[in-house]
Amino acid sequence: MLFQMLFEPLNDVSVRHSLAAVLALALSAGPVGVFLMLRRMSLVGDAMSHAILPGVALGFLAAGLSVLPMTLGGLAAGFLIALLAGAVSRATALQEDASLAVFLLVSLALGVVIVTVKGIDVEQLMEFLFGETAAKMNADKLLVIAVNATISIVALALIYRPLALDCVDPGFLRSVSRAGGVAHLTFLVLLVLNLISAFYALGTLLGMGIIIIPAAIARFWTRDISMMIVLAIASAFLSGLAGVLFAFHAGIPSGPAVTLAAGIGYAASVLFGRVGGLVWRLFPGRHLEA
Amino acid sequence: MSEQLQFRDLTLGYDRHPAVHHLSGTVRSGSLTAVVGPNGAGKSTLFKAVVGAIKPLAGRIERHGVRPQDIAYLPQVADIDRTFPISVYDMVAMGLWHGRGLFGGIGHKDRDRIETALSAVGLTGFEQRPIGTLSGGQMQRMLFARLLLQDARVIVLDEPFNAIDAKTSSDLLDLVRRWHAEQRTVLAALHDLEVVKANFPETLLLARELVAWGGTRDVLTPENMLKARRMCEAFDERAEACVAVAV
Repeated sequence: MLFQMLFEPLNDVSVRHSLAAVLALALSAGPVGVFLMLRRMSLVGDAMSHAILPGVALGFLAAGLSVLPMTLGGLAAGFLIALLAGAVSRATALQEDASLAVFLLVSLALGVVIVTVKGIDVEQLMEFLFGETAAKMNADKLLVIAVNATISIVALALIYRPLALDCVDPGFLRSVSRAGGVAHLTFLVLLVLNLISAFYALGTLLGMGIIIIPAAIARFWTRDISMMIVLAIASAFLSGLAGVLFAFHAGIPSGPAVTLAAGIGYAASVLFGRVGGLVWRLFPGRHLEA
Repeated sequence: MSEQLQFRDLTLGYDRHPAVHHLSGTVRSGSLTAVVGPNGAGKSTLFKAVVGAIKPLAGRIERHGVRPQDIAYLPQVADIDRTFPISVYDMVAMGLWHGRGLFGGIGHKDRDRIETALSAVGLTGFEQRPIGTLSGGQMQRMLFARLLLQDARVIVLDEPFNAIDAKTSSDLLDLVRRWHAEQRTVLAALHDLEVVKANFPETLLLARELVAWGGTRDVLTPENMLKARRMCEAFDERAEACVAVAV
């Protein structure tokens, strides 16, 4: 029975595509999520995930449901919003989180207006927002996700050192190197790439689920950044796997299924996580000798 | 000894209000200088200009062949995210940045140097500790270990012994004396005049404008100290544009 539930879906080629997509996404979204969390940019990521919708919608408006125009539109909108949000928060008195909230709401509204103007049915709109059922993943989207994942992993390896140092001691990094700015911009580009991938896999509203929740889970289990990245990849993959299978069996969109699976992992980590988990706080055991 | 840094009619500040006003003088190569003055005297501002973090409003700093990477800087309040998951060892290893850059690996010799630096500041055994678990004094020891590895010709320390216990201060002072013996140029902002008198041959007394600069005994007189306190008045919101002519 369990065996059947796990392996029967694999007979379907789109489910295999879905699983491959989730594995690729986990490999790149895990580390990106960890840095997003350590740089305290979780909300930035959330705003940007909504911000790519109008771009994707414009691509859709121009060329219908084909992957390349939607990807390019999403990339353009993502970069634009990343630059705008940074500029607005630097140039005005408005706090960054407030300007981000504005961007998030306005771009989501704009995106929904554009796709609806094109004449889209409710079911398709739901797919844009919450992702498709696993049965609809195709090879084109999988290719985009795989390419994005490859670029992210390589680029992240290249900027790893300045990116980490820019989080922990930005003043020192500025005093020894100018790489901090480049690293930050590169990271924003990688974030947009991963959001595009997440959009295809999970939809625009919940795409961040597979990026930030695994990082938050990892934080409860280790104090070491390398280990944190490994754990984030592992939990992203497990949530993706469980979510895709659940979505298939229940006939629901992949976005909520994967995000819920990750959410269960998060709840368990909040309770039992070795670093700051509630259970360990409530029952810390006797204090040590020294 | 030759000059290492020269301030030429240097004015520094924020929003056109001067925090350091018409400062001229020379830091000689290999000198050990204390920068003393009341809060708001412009000590931190001067240091930020020396390391190139802020641009002068007027005048200039001549660096006589000192490149930016030849200066190691310890800010007053290091902008460090102590919750970041990084170990003491990795943090100290960042002092090797100029030799290793973005991608360079850390070899046997480097590991030896890191261990030596950690033991010089008394942090042997703390290698794998996350930085978030360090006390204030241990944190400062770690930052000094990183300074050691930077191996810079000019070292700028902004109030390095604030909120640090006597044992830690004296351990870290030993390092400062060692740097002096190695002919490095050291500038340190300090408040404890006894420490200055005991360890620093030269003193720059600053109160936005230069009060006195020279041998510590000649500079730290009661008259000079009183003068410094009086000169350190607050920003005047309606101050006129300064028309003093450069000399």
